[in-house]
Amino acid sequence: MARPGARIDGFELGEVLHEGGMALLFRVTHPDHTLPLLMKVPRLRPGEDPAAIVSFEMEQMILPRLSGPHVPLFVAQAGFEVDPYVVMERIEGPSLSARLRDLPLPPEEVATIGAAVAEALDDLHRQHVVHLDVKPANILFRPDGTAVMADFGLAHHEQLPDLMAEEFRLPYGSAPYMAPEQALGLRSDPRSDLFALGTVLYQLATGELPFGAPQHLRAVKRRQWRDPVPPRRRNPAIPPWLQEIMLRCLEPVADRRYPSAAQLAFALRHPDQVALGPRATKKRRDPPLVVLRRWLRPEPPAPPPRGTAGQVAGAPIFAVALDLSQGGEGLGALLRDQMAKILAGRPEARLACLNVLRGPSTGAEVNPHVRRLVELRHWARPLGLPEARVTFHVLEATDAAEAILDYARANRVDHLVLGARENSMARRLLGSVSGKVAAEAPCNVTVVRRRRLDNAGA
Amino acid sequence: MRIAILADIHGNLEAFRACLEHARTGGADRVVLLGDLVGYGADPEAVLDLAVQEVAAGALALLGNHDEAAAAGRSPGMNDVAAAAIAWTHRRLDPGQRRFLAGLPLSAEIEGCLLVHAEASDPGAWHYVTDAEAARRSLDATEAAITVCGHVHRPALYSLGESGKLTPFRPVTGAPVPLARSRRWLAVLGAVGQPRDSNPAACYGMLDTTTPEITWVRVPYDIAAAASKIRAAGLPERLADRLFLGR
Repeated sequence: MARPGARIDGFELGEVLHEGGMALLFRVTHPDHTLPLLMKVPRLRPGEDPAAIVSFEMEQMILPRLSGPHVPLFVAQAGFEVDPYVVMERIEGPSLSARLRDLPLPPEEVATIGAAVAEALDDLHRQHVVHLDVKPANILFRPDGTAVMADFGLAHHEQLPDLMAEEFRLPYGSAPYMAPEQALGLRSDPRSDLFALGTVLYQLATGELPFGAPQHLRAVKRRQWRDPVPPRRRNPAIPPWLQEIMLRCLEPVADRRYPSAAQLAFALRHPDQVALGPRATKKRRDPPLVVLRRWLRPEPPAPPPRGTAGQVAGAPIFAVALDLSQGGEGLGALLRDQMAKILAGRPEARLACLNVLRGPSTGAEVNPHVRRLVELRHWARPLGLPEARVTFHVLEATDAAEAILDYARANRVDHLVLGARENSMARRLLGSVSGKVAAEAPCNVTVVRRRRLDNAGA
Repeated sequence: MRIAILADIHGNLEAFRACLEHARTGGADRVVLLGDLVGYGADPEAVLDLAVQEVAAGALALLGNHDEAAAAGRSPGMNDVAAAAIAWTHRRLDPGQRRFLAGLPLSAEIEGCLLVHAEASDPGAWHYVTDAEAARRSLDATEAAITVCGHVHRPALYSLGESGKLTPFRPVTGAPVPLARSRRWLAVLGAVGQPRDSNPAACYGMLDTTTPEITWVRVPYDIAAAASKIRAAGLPERLADRLFLGR
């Protein structure tokens, strides 16, 4: 029996860390493990919610299949034939619940927290998992600020049987944060997690829950058509860009939200690049006629056609690095042609246009930074991308390759496109930027080069 | 123990060999041939020779409805194409091969896992597990925590929990599914020799009885060779065409 002081399979149980509705968490130690550990034990007393068992089975299936810094490391488990438990890494940092005492938080902190959580969700979604219970208590932070998602008892893994979906007609999840399609039983859309994160950000920035704390599922379903009070109305200190981001997360129809958590993280990390639409300046809730139209909407929400990880893969972040100083219009046009081909048929992809400025130049009449931005926009115009899908960045650095690589890592770029320098003298002196980027990039790289007309056989 | 389970080989030597080799490389400790070794494909003799060799080396072979029919030379209830293939196969087999087929058992148990070609409620009646209702009938008929069957040629996994609710699931190629001991499971494998789930690659199951977990594995093989032999043998054209489509 699990209680403080007991020893189970070599794990010595310490104090109870948390007593939840479905499980108990104990601090545990084991002579073979130096990592801080906790043991999760389901509540199995008669009269307990039968969902506790199924939820525990789901966590036992999903957690061992996850990896990376955004989940607690799985250590050991035992099934229901004996005393069931899961042992995992104990994250030392606090949960986001600890910050709920200090609401509202400054917008910059809300954005930093939001970006960290969105990156954690992006990592989960790429591992085929929708968390479906994103709320402050399930969001933990490592000492370096990396967000960790805890509790996979309500999660959906698209490559494993979904026991929660079949066992219970009533969808489980935390009512204040749950996406409307989740309340209707749809469990495979990663954008449901973005809705939940949107409610968390709203709460952090305003101090209030966007949809209150309903007790019944019927009330949760209302958010299919009823929009929340615009956050700036509740806290005028919230800047328009943050309201734009939050209200896009809270769109009742998943197709109108960010297509991926990585794109949400990108927006939160680049406030000055957020395209401000009507959401940014919205002052009051939608008028009754608009709400009525949504209420009458005939079609129920459909699962994402390409599945959980497929939805994310269909919304990649591309970056093109342009060397505006040389190569001329020729290479620029080739790069644009290539970019147009890569973007074709991917309406949910977004593009970041990069240029590296090597050190501040003196004596120029126009600010070189501004001039480069103008040139980047000029280059991108023929692609015909709407403002919300393209951004422009001038990176100031002495090492161009390192700057491009840093950018790709920090922004979860899926695919880098850049040109190869033609002037062999410059390449000899400065090294090949494209060569270094291609070798070290954390993602796909396309190098565009003009066909050389060498004298064959010479 | 890792058990490679090959169902519905159907006289397709190229697919059979490709799966066996893949399973060996993948660390299989044991091989199970889950019925329907012959019927449809053009290589019944060579497939049986290889099967006999595998059995001598420790493999387990079970009876399928096409094996039963080919051994007896009778195909009650089969459609015209299947019946034509059975008649052709029966003529090709020598008495020893017919005896080998006729002597195969309907089901077997390894480490608490029930292995059967069609399903558990009446293995010799050759019912198809195509939906949750049929899966429940099979699960109700056995105490085994894990049942593995074939016969349908389309991968599926059914799970029965404490509450009595049955969860159907379409397995994803190459993604191991843990079979929690708190529930009971019925795994339906795809076919080695005649897949029908729109994926023409040969399918077999890798069951790890220790963890326990099961993986639906897909293996490419020389479809053109298997199909041209079917045409050369004068078997119905459709049996060759469908191999390319996996339908």
